[in-house]
Order: sequence, then structure tokens, then C-alpha cells
Amino acid sequence: MTADARAAEAVTSHGTTPAMLAVEGLVVGYSGAPVIDGMQLRLPPGQVVALLGANGAGKTTLLRTVSGLVAPRSGRVRLDGEDVTQTTVEDRARRGLAQVPEGHSIVTELTVDENLHLGGLWRLPGTKARRAAVDEMYQTFEPLARRRASLGHQLSGGERQMLALARALIARPRVLLLDEPSLGLAPRVVAQLFAILRDAAERTGLTVLLAEQNVTSALSIADRGVVVSLGAIVADAPAEKIAADPALRHAYLGF
Amino acid sequence: MDRLAFLLATGLARGLVIALFALSLVIIWRAARIVNFAQAAMATVAVYVAYAVVTWTGSYWLALVAAVVTGMLVGFAVERWLIRRVPRDNPLPGMIVAIGLVMILHSVIGILFGPRHVPMRAPFSREPLYVGDVAVLSPYDLFVLLLALGIVVALAVLFNRTTLGLQLRAAATAPEVSRLLGIRVPRMVTIGWMLSSAVAAVAVLLLIPTELGLNAHSADILFVHAFTVAVLGGLDSPVGAIVGGVAVGVLITLVTGFLGAGMAPIAVLALLTLVLLVRPGGIFAVKEARAA
Ligand SMILES: Nc1ncnc2c1ncn2[C@@H]1O[C@H](COP(=O)(O)OP(=O)(O)OP(=O)(O)O)[C@@H](O)[C@H]1O
Ligand SMILES: [Mg+2]
Repeated sequence: MTADARAAEAVTSHGTTPAMLAVEGLVVGYSGAPVIDGMQLRLPPGQVVALLGANGAGKTTLLRTVSGLVAPRSGRVRLDGEDVTQTTVEDRARRGLAQVPEGHSIVTELTVDENLHLGGLWRLPGTKARRAAVDEMYQTFEPLARRRASLGHQLSGGERQMLALARALIARPRVLLLDEPSLGLAPRVVAQLFAILRDAAERTGLTVLLAEQNVTSALSIADRGVVVSLGAIVADAPAEKIAADPALRHAYLGF
Repeated sequence: MDRLAFLLATGLARGLVIALFALSLVIIWRAARIVNFAQAAMATVAVYVAYAVVTWTGSYWLALVAAVVTGMLVGFAVERWLIRRVPRDNPLPGMIVAIGLVMILHSVIGILFGPRHVPMRAPFSREPLYVGDVAVLSPYDLFVLLLALGIVVALAVLFNRTTLGLQLRAAATAPEVSRLLGIRVPRMVTIGWMLSSAVAAVAVLLLIPTELGLNAHSADILFVHAFTVAVLGGLDSPVGAIVGGVAVGVLITLVTGFLGAGMAPIAVLALLTLVLLVRPGGIFAVKEARAA
């Protein structure tokens, strides 16, 4: 599928194509009023979706509910058509749902190499397959290859985020959730990471939900943009349209 | 000089027993962030089962296996049916439950076996071997040394060279990230308790022949020493537990040998105070703050 076709499909994403990831009537809250209130969202296979919105809009909450870290009050999460709402975080991960959570979420007491092996543990059976996948990752992420024996806490912020992304990709997930991967990184590193992400989506048909404050960078690699405000979707359109809509940007994205 | 060599060798064997027990505390701390005050009582229960097996079958080796297996079962039971139900947001409830468990286990042992020390013989002679006319160490000390070293090596291989070990280490330090990678963190915590409790059981089994015998309180002093060592080495550090255990064992033996047994507890306390003054986090404490 070409990028244009995907973008066109984005507009009609409530159509009949089977969704790789879907949330249906999702209501999530912590203690008081719901933070996400009756959300519907469908991601067709291979689509890269930028999830945008002001601080506190509910982006992190949505991602954590999809991966199972937060239980919804009602509604469903479907992975490739299958209802996974009642399954555990671990089960969703083993079924091919990967999440790179907020912050440089690596295991700091393990080495780079061990972190990568950990990523492939459940999706790539056999030490040989994992070794090969890890070595392949070192070609994509060259800075990591030089630091393979370093402990996680010896890495820079950029290297940590690279490792977190590499560790997620190594599992060959079907759906990848990313929570502000660009946070605190130099523009050049952001561009590099996003290019790798786009490439992975194109080559492997990976479906991506990318929560970002860095609107311009996120939209530049996304097929589609979804803007949330106060826990509801206020705009859902092809990435170029969102990028080109000054009223939308002004109202919800603050620039 | 001859006396020094003998004391050093015996101290090494004694130290490795302390090191094993300290290592068991480190394993639980890393897996569950709990200082298990019930560790000695739990291990003692396992050793009572070993005692029953050795009186029944006459085989020390079966008793050793029984201690390991019972240790694992006790660890499993305590984690699944007790600790898991305790609120985790602050360490106090866990500690209180552990202390309550100690009381229960001590009473049960008391009811079943009475307060007396039951003798448990060593599988090898405790008379020292001589090199020329210098006493070095007894065959039993040698056995303790080799078995303890074997266990340390086996644990190192398990934790550093196997995928189970990789999962155990990840789950212990970054539970949320681990779950997102498909690791069943609660299961890893249970396995940590089982391993820890089995190691502690072996340590107590090795200790008993060098003490008055087996009694509900036989392992209490060992716990105190091992706890001191774990704090000295940093509760997070397996290397610290081993180095610290050997150091304290040798210290106790030397002080007992040269100054008298009464001085040993004071020497241990002095060492603890000194290290905590210089390195409050323990000698081998990891400096980096851990990720969530
Ligand atoms: N653990 C929590 N307990 C209670 N309230 C929470 C919790 N996490 C988030 N919230 C609240 O839920 C709302 C949505 O937060 P969320 O973190 O999902 O927003 P976000 O879009 O990711 O924001 P940001 O861009 O700042 O990361 C906020 O009002 C926040 O205060
Ligand atoms: Mg957020």
C-alpha cells in the first residue's frame, strides 16, 4: 500500500477494513471524572498514527490502557480483531503489542546486549534467533553496537531512547505504542529515530501509535493525525491536513 | 603462625556459610524489596524436615535434597499465601507479617519437637587434617567450603547465563518494563523467594553440626551475622554478600581464637558501625538510582 492510499484510508478508517488495533467505547479514569470518555479509534494494519494533544489530554492514559497497565472502566481493546481487554500486560506483549513507555524506559542494571535479548525473549524462540536479531539491530542502531557491554545507566538519554526503540522493534511486534520518544533529544537524534520508525513500519507492516508533543516531527512521519482534548478525539485526519490546519494547531496544539 | 593458618581456614568455611545466608537475603531483597526477617525460621523448618529424613533413612545426602526441596516449598508458600496479600506501598506491613511468621514457626517447632537441641552429625569428620604437623582444616570444613562455593557458582551461572536469570534480574529492577516485554513478574518474584529460601536452608543445614544442635533458635545468630553482612555489602550486591560473609566469618573466628568468644559480637558490631559511618549505603552499593 502506498502512503497516499494509507492516508486516504485513514479518513475512512471507520470503514470495513479490519483494524490491527481498535478501542471501542473506551472509558478510563483514575479517581474522579473519566480521563478518557467513550473513545473510538481504529488503526488499520501498517498505519502510522500521531496521537497529539496538550499536556493532560489523556495520551499516556490511552496508551497505558491499550497495553493493559491501566484497566478501563468500560469499553474494549482489540488487537487484530481479538478482544484483549481482560488479558494481562504480559499476554498482550506476547501477542505482539509492544510499548515504549514514557521516559528512557530501559533496564538500567542490565547491559545494552541484555536489554536487547530481553526484547526478543518471548517473540523469538531460541538463543540463535535472538542473537541474529540483536546483531541486526546493531546495524540499524550503530551507536548501540559500540556500547553493547555498557550498563543501561551508563548511556546518554539519546542512547537510552534508541535502546528502548530497538528493544521494542526486535520483538517484531504487530503494534507499537510510543509515548513521547522525542522527549529531551537533540533534533538530529529525533530525526534519526523517526526515520528508523517509518522505515520499520514500511518494511514490516508495523502499526504505530505515536504520542508526541513534537507535533511537526511526528506528523512528518505519520500517515494520520489524531488530536485528543479532555479525553475525546477532536480531530482525525491525514497527517498533512492536520499539519496544514492553523486553527486546529492553535486551538489544541498550542502553536 | 600455625594457629593463624588454622583459624583462617576455619574462618573461611564459617564465613562461606554466613555468605550463603547473606546471599539468600540479597536474592529476596532484589526480587521483592523485602528484608525477610523470617528467613532463619523458614530455613530452620526446612532443616527440621532434613533432620527427619536423616533419622528416618540414615542418608545425609537425602537430607540435603530434602532441605533444598522443603526450602523451595516454604519459600513458595510464604510468598504466595502470605507476602503477596500484604500491602506493598510501604515496607512496614511486610516486616510485621514476617515477624509474626517467625513467632508462628517457632511455636510450631516448639510444639512438635520441644525446646531441646537435637544433635545432627556431620557427614564428615570434624577433626582437623594435618599438613606436616600443622592443623589446617577438618574434612567437614572442606566439604562446607566446596559446597558453598559450588552453590555460589551455580547461582552466578543461573543469574548471568540463563534466560531465567535474565528475567529474574529484569523483573527485580524494572517490573513495569519487564511486564511490557512479556515477563510474568509475579512468577519471577515467587521463583526468587524459592531460590532464596532453599539457599538459606542449605546454609542452616551446614551450620548445625558446628553448633549445639538443631533447635528453633539455632539460626538466629546466623541471621544476625548475615543481616549485618548484607547491610555491609549493600543489600543489592551478591558480590558484597560473599565478600562480606567471608570477612565477617574470618573476623569472628580470629577474634574468638585470639581474644575469646565474648569479644566476637563486639567485633562484628564495631565493623558494622565503622562501615556504615564510611559508606552508609554499604560497601558495594550501586550508586545509580534505579528506574521504575
Ligand atoms: N496515575 C494517575 N492518577 C491520577 N490521575 C492521573 C494519573 N495519570 C494521569 N492522570 C490524570 O489524567 C489526565 C490525563 O493524563 P495523561 O498523562 O494521560 O495526559 P498526557 O496527554 O499524556 O499528558 P502529557 O502530554 O503531559 O504527557 C491528567 O489530568 C492527569 O492529571
Ligand atoms: Mg503523557
